[in-house]
Amino acid sequence: MTPDTAQPRDAARAGTGTQPPACIGVRGLTMAFGGFTVQRDLTFEISHGEIFVIMGGSGCGKSTLLRHMIGLLPPAEGDILYDGVSFWAKGDAASRREISQRFGVLFQSGALFSSMTLAENVALPLQHHAGLQPREVDEIVRFKLALVGLGGFEDYLPAEISGGMRKRAGLARAIAMDPDLLFLDEPSAGLDPPTARRLDDLILELRASMRATVVVVTHELDSIFTIADDSVYLDAESRTMIAHGSPRDLVHNAENAKVRTFLQRGEARPGVAADTG
Amino acid sequence: MTQAFQYDIEQSGADTLRLHLRGRWRIDAGLPDAAAAERALGQGGVRRVEVADAGMDTWDSALITFLLRLHAAGRERQVELDLSGLPEGARRLLSLSQAVPARTDSAQAKPREALLNRLGHAGVREARAVGETLNFIGEATLSFVRLLRARPAFRRGDFFLLIQQTGAEALPIVSIISLLVGLILAFVGAVQLRWFGAEIYVADLVGIAMTREMAPIMTGIVLAGRTGASFAANIGTMQGNEEIDALSTLGISPMDFLVLPRLLAMLLMMPLLVLYADFVGIFGGWLVGVGMLDLTSAAYVSQTLAKVTADHFLIGLTKSLFFGLIVATAGCMRGLQAGRSAAAVGNAATSAVVTGIVYIIVVDAIFAVICNIVGI
Repeated sequence: MTPDTAQPRDAARAGTGTQPPACIGVRGLTMAFGGFTVQRDLTFEISHGEIFVIMGGSGCGKSTLLRHMIGLLPPAEGDILYDGVSFWAKGDAASRREISQRFGVLFQSGALFSSMTLAENVALPLQHHAGLQPREVDEIVRFKLALVGLGGFEDYLPAEISGGMRKRAGLARAIAMDPDLLFLDEPSAGLDPPTARRLDDLILELRASMRATVVVVTHELDSIFTIADDSVYLDAESRTMIAHGSPRDLVHNAENAKVRTFLQRGEARPGVAADTG
Repeated sequence: MTQAFQYDIEQSGADTLRLHLRGRWRIDAGLPDAAAAERALGQGGVRRVEVADAGMDTWDSALITFLLRLHAAGRERQVELDLSGLPEGARRLLSLSQAVPARTDSAQAKPREALLNRLGHAGVREARAVGETLNFIGEATLSFVRLLRARPAFRRGDFFLLIQQTGAEALPIVSIISLLVGLILAFVGAVQLRWFGAEIYVADLVGIAMTREMAPIMTGIVLAGRTGASFAANIGTMQGNEEIDALSTLGISPMDFLVLPRLLAMLLMMPLLVLYADFVGIFGGWLVGVGMLDLTSAAYVSQTLAKVTADHFLIGLTKSLFFGLIVATAGCMRGLQAGRSAAAVGNAATSAVVTGIVYIIVVDAIFAVICNIVGI
């Protein structure tokens, strides 16, 4: 099946040979567990500073794609390029480690270390990689937690705060090292609408202030229309991407009715697509 | 009450059948038998079947299962099914149940494999497991080398907590088990040695058996059940909560951060616990010797000191290092290999205990053979 291209970004880019490589290039990626193919032949590019959303129904392989992108799962076929540098096909473990240092990852569950306080969680990457004095680490930790609205919660354990706060603490840890690539797995899943909206605003703020490229896995339509510049839609049935483009374009112009139906359910809600489009 | 699942079949056209449904179509009467309708569909020349409500009292999923069977039979025989004569709710339920086609190629849909294939796959799995174990040991060794060259990746507080958990907190259970093992050995020995008036040799039996065999083995088994399972459950839970993935993406090796401190804590604490178990076991033997066999305390102690040499202690302590490594390796490895569900954590803990105990016995047997060859 040919994916929709409501915004023919890749074609435009391909035509200009002098342009720098895309921030992230996914090339013919096939994901499989044993003999079972989750998604095949995924090809798309993500530009610098873009918020890119991977969307699709439950079980279509969104989070699996993210795990391939952050180096936790090797692909069955294909490659991922970061600024034109091969991550899987030609990259060895050392080069992957080097590229991974540019990543900040927020996992679906927050993945905070349950035995550590929020401050200790955020401090961990700084202690290991930044070579800072404890006082400096402490200062940065306080700043990052304040950035996500958790100032004063430094000494709380993850079990002592709410789900939304855990997500924000996970985000604070993800941005601890000021990454230029931020991967967020279902950031607003399981949150009430106002909290989810605040998290979306925070993601937009972080993108603007840190100039990071953000890859978000989500099927939350409010979030998609609020934050996405570009997106792909992964289909569980055909097991490949069936649309690529801005959700605001795809909502009316996607060739595949499944994509339109998926997105129009969000548009029907007051204040979602109408005020963002 | 009206009769359940009534239907009759009428030829309403040259190639058209009409099914009239009547009565109760509810699941409390079981499921309807669609055989007659399916047979009718199979008659030559039938191209269309109209299903109509001709006085159904009530209906529920029983009706939908009947329609699904008809639908399957119709698709197989290329017969069109017209359901416009049925209640709208039933039609919507039917179309909803068919909206997402069932996956036919999922892992669960695999055909059952032949016995030889299954044996072959089991063999490959086991070989792979051995490879994974060797890989884990290699990575742990590299992690230890990294520790010697740079400052530890793990947190000092975590390490001391692990020492407390594996050492001090295990003292009560190790005390009870060692004391009882010492008592049992003395009782069993006393019964036999009394026949020869050689009760004093109970001290030899208990001392040598405890220091060489029983203290290391029993402490190893106790720690496999207690600490090994705890390591596996702890790391397995972290796996389920994506904490291990988070560590990896933060550029911190789970081996350096989680496995190495556990291995070191175990290596430090196991010999100390075994030494402690030696003395508690000997004390258990002393209780029986002095309390039951009318031996004097001085005679028992001097016999023990004369016969239990440093070699016996050293053999037991050397074993304890290996047993500690086995327990910690099994616990951490099974934890890291755990899946992402609650059941997987339980399986990892069970597997860690079983692996730990089996390898402790295997290594102890190897030690017995080596000691026999060397003559110590």
